[in-house]
Amino acid sequence: MQILQNFNKAFESKARLGIMSVLMVNDVVSFIVLKDLLSMTDGNLATHLRSLEEANYITFKKEFIGRKPSTVYKVTVEGKRAFGDHLNELEKFIKGS
Amino acid sequence: MNEHLENLKEIRSLMERSSKFLSLSGLSGISAGVCALLGAWYAYAKLHVDGSGLLSNPEIRHEIVPQLVVEALIVLTFALLFGTLFTIRKARKQGLSVWNKTSKLLLLNLMIPLIAGGFFCLGMLYHGFFWLCFPATLVFYGVALVSASKYTLHDIFYLGIAEIVLGIIALFLAKYNLICWAIGFGVLHIVYGSVMYFKYDRQEIEIPK
Repeated sequence: MQILQNFNKAFESKARLGIMSVLMVNDVVSFIVLKDLLSMTDGNLATHLRSLEEANYITFKKEFIGRKPSTVYKVTVEGKRAFGDHLNELEKFIKGS
Repeated sequence: MNEHLENLKEIRSLMERSSKFLSLSGLSGISAGVCALLGAWYAYAKLHVDGSGLLSNPEIRHEIVPQLVVEALIVLTFALLFGTLFTIRKARKQGLSVWNKTSKLLLLNLMIPLIAGGFFCLGMLYHGFFWLCFPATLVFYGVALVSASKYTLHDIFYLGIAEIVLGIIALFLAKYNLICWAIGFGVLHIVYGSVMYFKYDRQEIEIPK
């Protein structure tokens, strides 16, 4: 179980893993699309996004699509590295057991 | 252990689903189908194109072909115009801009077979193989849809296969040229557009504050 210590705490929840996976393969993703893909409530999603943002793994930007405001999220370089590391740990763990 | 495997599966599926262009509206398909049907009706009723008649008579062919090409271009313009309009509308509802990485990939994969097909048809017109343009547009369009289907709703794949099959039927049963063309570009678009509209578009997406 020692290997588990290498797991990144920021990615412990399924929701955050989901958010990161979506952001990894897209330039930017809007709040609405994230909500739709992950089937989460507004509040729940916002909480997870905030904690990822506090860890400096993602950034957000408010922009207007036509006249409607939309918040779009983007993964940071740091976030990419951290998520990659986390996936490697997961892989090691699964192969090891 | 199982939990981690589950997570990995989930990650994979999310990555796949989210890197597709999902703003393609069913209404785009329906409007394109309506444009095509109007075009086919016009060709049949006003220009008396019935597939086989034109095959044998070079004189009629000479008069009609330029008109038909103009008509086809008008149909194409309106189909693209409405198609883009409805898709932009859907993208806005989803809080997305239409011009993003996935839509670029989608367009690229769609345009390569389409442009190839366009030049192919121009070449056939130039050499006088007028009637072959009907099956050729169907086949090339089908190939374009199949190649674009990796970057959008997978349903497009089956639409593409159906267009290819119709194109090949039109090639061998040349009499049914225009009918096959009208079914492929008109009826199939309307059917698929409706299916997609009810499957994906109808679920209202709430706009967060």
